[in-house]
Amino acid sequence: MTTTESAEKLLAPVLSAFWDEPESWTLETYRRHDGYQGLRKALAMDPDDLIAFVKDSGLRGRGGAGFPTGMKWQFIPQGDDKPHYLVVNADESEPGTCKDIPLLFANPHSLIEGIAIACHAIRSQHAFIYLRGEVVPVLRRLHAAVAEAYAAGYLGPDALGPGKPLELTVHAGAGAYICGEETALLDSLEGRRGQPRLRPPFPAVAGLYACPTVVNNVESIASVPAILARGQDWFRSMGSEKSPGFTLYSLSGHVAAPGQYEAPLGITLRQLLDLSGGMRPGHRLKFWTPGGSSTPLLTDEHLDVPLDYEGVGAAGSMLGTKALQCFDETTCVVRAVTRWTEFYAHESCGKCTPCREGTYWLVQLMRDIEAGKATMADLDKIADIADNINGKSFCALGDGAASPIFSSLKFFREEYEQHITGRGCPFDPARSTVWADDAGRSDDNAHLEVNA
Amino acid sequence: MTNVPLGMPQLPAPDYPADVRERLAADARQVIARYPDSRSALLPLLHLVQSEEGHVTATGMRFCADMLDLTTAEVTAVATFYSMYRRKPSGDYQVGVCTNTLCAVLGGDAIFSALQDHLGVGNGETTEDGAVTLEHIECNAACDYAPVVMVNWEFFDNQTVESAKRLVDDLVAGREVRPTRGAPLCTFKETARILAGFPDERPGATEASGGAGPASLVGLRLARGEAPAGRVVGPRAETPPPRSTSGTPEGHPSSHDAPESTAASDPAHPTGPVPGRGPGDADDKRDDKRDDKRGDRRGDKRDDQGGAKGGEGR
Repeated sequence: MTTTESAEKLLAPVLSAFWDEPESWTLETYRRHDGYQGLRKALAMDPDDLIAFVKDSGLRGRGGAGFPTGMKWQFIPQGDDKPHYLVVNADESEPGTCKDIPLLFANPHSLIEGIAIACHAIRSQHAFIYLRGEVVPVLRRLHAAVAEAYAAGYLGPDALGPGKPLELTVHAGAGAYICGEETALLDSLEGRRGQPRLRPPFPAVAGLYACPTVVNNVESIASVPAILARGQDWFRSMGSEKSPGFTLYSLSGHVAAPGQYEAPLGITLRQLLDLSGGMRPGHRLKFWTPGGSSTPLLTDEHLDVPLDYEGVGAAGSMLGTKALQCFDETTCVVRAVTRWTEFYAHESCGKCTPCREGTYWLVQLMRDIEAGKATMADLDKIADIADNINGKSFCALGDGAASPIFSSLKFFREEYEQHITGRGCPFDPARSTVWADDAGRSDDNAHLEVNA
Repeated sequence: MTNVPLGMPQLPAPDYPADVRERLAADARQVIARYPDSRSALLPLLHLVQSEEGHVTATGMRFCADMLDLTTAEVTAVATFYSMYRRKPSGDYQVGVCTNTLCAVLGGDAIFSALQDHLGVGNGETTEDGAVTLEHIECNAACDYAPVVMVNWEFFDNQTVESAKRLVDDLVAGREVRPTRGAPLCTFKETARILAGFPDERPGATEASGGAGPASLVGLRLARGEAPAGRVVGPRAETPPPRSTSGTPEGHPSSHDAPESTAASDPAHPTGPVPGRGPGDADDKRDDKRDDKRGDRRGDKRDDQGGAKGGEGR
């Protein structure tokens, strides 16, 4: 149970390896760290061999679902007359998820190189980066990096070889969580309301402009150059058979050292907390999400669950985006779930009834429960509504909305009941703020204005 | 037959003055050229018209429709779906406090509540001088820097009630404000132009605030053996801690903007007609995914007892 390994052994910075360089985002810095070497190797390969190479590496999607990246590429029909497109999903909006944004801010060229490799593989001449709009500093660096890549010939008329052009368009979204869902993203990129599409046909057959399209997460694509440059064996030396490689874990919440931790897949939360200083002083872990708010929350019973696709799945949750939001004993789980539920209701696109209506009514009931105005029967009712959303909604947003309800009821039903029997919330939200323990821990009077 | 006012805008919306239209059309053609299909340019073009007027007007939507050969209804349907398009005149600086769960718990609720008191405005409202529009936003992918405040979509990390108050004071006073991650602030309109896909031309804007932020580097530093190790603490408490006597909110610790009235039934609701706007503003009757379903009482301070969340977009 205890960890004796050092941080040096447990962590494996690859994408983040030079983020502390003074100008880490520039082409010059990227090249100094073997940038665009993977592309050089990839362009010397036949596209089909390249797809097989990425498939054999075992790289799985880092955006949540964990679908094998190479297999996604393989689904693109070859020899058809239609244009093929690569669309990078940089609409990082899942609550708790904060890996792609720092990655693009500090190292945008890893994505651009990955895009060039992927486009060679799937025989695409035009790629898009769909970046959520609310991150202008990242947009700036993407604009700059793409301009540098064009100037250096990594993009443009002969990017993928003589007469083999590659265009890359950076597209800023306009604020809609649902656009992280790949088919809603495609509708949004086509200039429509971001609502998911019926599948089949899958994007690989009829995606952007009804043409074969690969939609990949930022981190998935950005991981490809290193695999090319350093090889499958190196990649497979990390993680497990089914979940090989390195990935970014984002630690946040009531922890001593929130931040990005790049490590082989399969590290545990206990190991991450051990090496980073644990929870904030004097507090204990109460509940956490392994991969954003849509993944069923876990408790301190799950500290030793290997954080890979299989391990977290076996524990009844999902690896998701590896957004490890940690909450300590000062946090009211009902308040947390209410807020997430409000988020899903707000972001429901309105297309399907289970999600649109279900999330609405969940919010009403959760607010009542939190305020102490609910009855015990309401606990069964929220479980019932969540069950009517889960698996029955048009896209995964509905499943995500049901996850916090199910999992919190499973582990903290007693706390829900306390809100009902005690006619209100037994927690003081002022105690869970980051500054609650400042000023000599005299929490009386110090935060009178903190009335939230 | 009597005329029943339906609150519908007069169509068509007025056009831009010729010189403005010409300038915007040149920009729009650049944007459209980036896409194999012109309609893909709609989101950037809505950012572009927002960079002209500070919000998306019926005139702006008509312009987009003209440029892309769409109907104004098609454009309106898109403009009202996305939360970054503002539908009424708003401030030069859009201050968004993250009140999604993690930031809210770590202090975002307290910050949002304090800023409402400090500025005397509610959610989605603008200070009288037109400097600051305050709103609560959803998760902005900076959870390791919580609590987070965004101003014109630049990052202000690790905020406290005091730092956030200082921030808005500086904005109101017109002092230069630098984000923790991002470039020195430009106005909302200038930001919207970057979002339309026109790179920030200010010298040093891309370089500003340096490489990765400190939280982004903690893992890297540990991997290099640059920081001490800690210990994870044991199991969670059996029972919740007792309610403290101080700092306890009346009623609800979480937010409340529960729908009790709809835009149709509540004329004060901001989804309704916006006073002081010219005829022809097509967005008076809105087709909003949120407002369809729930009449968020944005701007109602009673709702924001403990920091609100819900109706306003990110």
